[in-house]
Amino acid sequence: MAQLQVNGKTVEVDADGDTPLLWALREQLGLTGTKYGCGLAQCGACTVHLNGEAVRSCVRPLSTVAPTDRITTIEGLSPDASHPVQKAWATLDVPQCGFCQSGMIMAAAALLKDKPKPTDADIDTAMTNICRCGTYNRVRAAIHLAAGQVNRKAIAIRLLDPNGSEA
Amino acid sequence: MNAPRDGGAVRGAGPVDTGRRWFLQSSAAAGGLMLAFHVPGLAAEAPGTPPEVNAWVVIQPDETVIIRIARSEMGQGTLTGLAQLVAEELDCDWARVKTEYPTPGQNLARKRVWGSFSTGGSRGVRESHDYMRKGGASARLMLMQAAADSWKVPVSEVTASQGQVRHAASGRVGSYGQLAALAAAQTPPADVPLKDPKDWKIAGKPFKRLDTRAKLDGSQVYGMDLRLPGMLSAAIKDCPVFGGKLKSFDAAAITSRPGVKQVVPVGDSAVAVVADTWWRAKTALDALPIVWEEGPNAKLDSQQMADMLKAGLAAPEAAVGQRQGDVEAAMAGAARKIEAVYSYPHQNHATMETMNATARWTAERCEVWTPTQNGEAALAAAAEAAGLPPAQCEVYKLHLGGGFGRRGAVHDWVRQAVTIARAMPGTPVKLIWSREEDMLHGRYHPITQCKMTAGLDAKGQLQALHMRISGQSILADLFPQNIKNGLDPVVFQGLNQGGTEGAFGYAVPHLLIDHAMRNPPVPPGFWRGVNLNQNAIYVESFIDEIAHATRKDPLALRRELLAQSPKHLAVLNAVAEKAGWGKPAPKGHYRGLAQIMGFGSYVAACAEVSVAKDGTLKIHKIVAATDPGHAVNPQQIQAQVEGSFVYGLSAALFGEITLKDGRVQQDNFHTYPVVKMEHMPQVESIVMPSGGFWGGVGEPTIAVAAPAVLNAVFAATGQRIRELPLSKHQLKPKVA
Repeated sequence: MAQLQVNGKTVEVDADGDTPLLWALREQLGLTGTKYGCGLAQCGACTVHLNGEAVRSCVRPLSTVAPTDRITTIEGLSPDASHPVQKAWATLDVPQCGFCQSGMIMAAAALLKDKPKPTDADIDTAMTNICRCGTYNRVRAAIHLAAGQVNRKAIAIRLLDPNGSEA
Repeated sequence: MNAPRDGGAVRGAGPVDTGRRWFLQSSAAAGGLMLAFHVPGLAAEAPGTPPEVNAWVVIQPDETVIIRIARSEMGQGTLTGLAQLVAEELDCDWARVKTEYPTPGQNLARKRVWGSFSTGGSRGVRESHDYMRKGGASARLMLMQAAADSWKVPVSEVTASQGQVRHAASGRVGSYGQLAALAAAQTPPADVPLKDPKDWKIAGKPFKRLDTRAKLDGSQVYGMDLRLPGMLSAAIKDCPVFGGKLKSFDAAAITSRPGVKQVVPVGDSAVAVVADTWWRAKTALDALPIVWEEGPNAKLDSQQMADMLKAGLAAPEAAVGQRQGDVEAAMAGAARKIEAVYSYPHQNHATMETMNATARWTAERCEVWTPTQNGEAALAAAAEAAGLPPAQCEVYKLHLGGGFGRRGAVHDWVRQAVTIARAMPGTPVKLIWSREEDMLHGRYHPITQCKMTAGLDAKGQLQALHMRISGQSILADLFPQNIKNGLDPVVFQGLNQGGTEGAFGYAVPHLLIDHAMRNPPVPPGFWRGVNLNQNAIYVESFIDEIAHATRKDPLALRRELLAQSPKHLAVLNAVAEKAGWGKPAPKGHYRGLAQIMGFGSYVAACAEVSVAKDGTLKIHKIVAATDPGHAVNPQQIQAQVEGSFVYGLSAALFGEITLKDGRVQQDNFHTYPVVKMEHMPQVESIVMPSGGFWGGVGEPTIAVAAPAVLNAVFAATGQRIRELPLSKHQLKPKVA
């Protein structure tokens, strides 16, 4: 049994110490928003926040996570998808298949906390998550939008909300 | 006609509408964190659900319009696009639209009322637009008739818009929600006229996707995320050598490990471990001693396959895809000949979500929950593996974490999951492939080589062209019944005389395009873009080679040869103009062009690159143009075009599956790198629908990604890269 702090709650997890945090989240806690993509910290689909920093949970054994460590998953980033990153993602309709997007959003949220006004080079360095559908350009635009560096109208993607108004 | 039929059961099966069906619920065991799913296929149907107006449309009393979509959503936006087409003809309120999947079992029971479930070949819109629009239009006419009947006025006096039927003379208004039950009792009209696309208000507009919200907070349930009561998890290893078998394994070595329930041989080539969690199953499998019978391919390597294909380049026998004039005579009389040999390697789809399926089997019934591009094919595979008739089986489609062709034609993972579930009757078992298993057991993009020969006259005009392709046929492996007289028609995508699967636009007086089929024992599959990918590289690189050899501008030569192909020419001209072809590029930047027709659409690209002194290639910008005939959702086309560059450039820059000792050498993303944020060029997308036809958008642009960049690389370096990926080559910038 391991004790963890996940999304502001203290929970007991019945898993071996060598179990990656990813699989404890998914299989013991039912938090399946955090994804398995590679198991080698290559793709970033498993990105969560550990004490506010983006970490790849697929290579993070439970034995290295202390009961006092604060873990935030995509489910706990905001109560209603209202984090600025999530809002920017919604504004620009970023996801395609969406499988990598939890990790993308968590990585972007950590980046903006660290660098509130990221350059393109900062984004290239921090956002090493893999997206096979190819959402990178909208991800980049959404990060700049969330950072308040760019006006929505300056982004050349015309979108309509369900009621027909310009998004 | 007014009975609910089985529409209610259909609604229970659709996991599409996440807001309505999946909900957060606290759980004491997990400190309030547990996600509880409404599980498709398990829940009792809510009482009082309204009857369907027809197979495509259900309207609830609260005015929610549920549109049924048979094709699978895998990121390409088909749920939204197809729903727009139905909603347009239905004249409903788009803000009230939701979608759901009918199940393959329901389709079977209702004589395939929803048509094909197959989601591939960029066919979603182009092959179902007609019957789906008619579904929406028919429902609107039934709603109008229902209103006219209840108001006792002629139907010609009522109008429908925005989810309401109106009778102007009396001022009466009825909402679709109020009229739905009456409409369901109407006889469907025989004649269902469709709107002129110029009058579209919902279709053709850049609406946001319907499925975005759940992808922002982790609530979207993919196949891998499914949880059922009492479910166990399985990990699997198939023989790492293609064609090899499972010889033996020592189950006793791992059965005492925590959580391990059973070790199950699967078919004659694989073994699975079932445990209480996937992590325990996977680690136990890693510890399981396994002996493989490697079989006849134990020594197969990539060089042997390359030699096999090379022999096909000069083979006397080849299936002819297109022949114009007399190439042999024209070549013999040519003043000058140009020749080049190209090749394209195996690729893995590498979907972000690895293959997975959950199966529950009893002697009477088998159910499978899985992400699939073809629910009906998944049902057939499940029934066969279950040893049950299809009517006693069902497949519940779950959201796909990428498809790209891997989850369509072959449902190997479904067969495996059902086979494992048969060993544990009544217990749901979720099989998840590790990334390594996914890389080693793909359905790989076929390998080909191509020899291009051009015959020029004394003035340097192209008189004859021979394109000899040698290599793998997907159909020969998957659908051999579709091979006619040794000819695989799919090999010639983009090279046909005409037709929707890719008309070769260039006019060459003497033309021969043929294929020497060579099938090495690596399982091929439909990989997004399929054979258009390498065909475009071969043709568009070689046209560039001819242009440079004859000192012509690559755009001017293409314009000359495409003079009689106005749609090909239009997209080419559009990118050339927007990219500023002919005007100076930024210092150190070089441009390259490519165009092709495929999957019913016309596409072109102009790439702008630079090559640094140390050989580092930077792709700065790509201008792309697409003419899909009708553009159902322009912003989704834009997204598909950008995504196509990511997929196409991943292959062009890095992608290569190689074999050594019968084994795939690339087992994860560290050995099979793909395009990431840092590599991504700026993309300017021109969507230019010319009307009159329906083309696909998910795939064609992939084909122009590589040749546009390769031609730009030539402009920057003078190096003609004929063998991919680019990462194998040391680039050197031209001395300025």
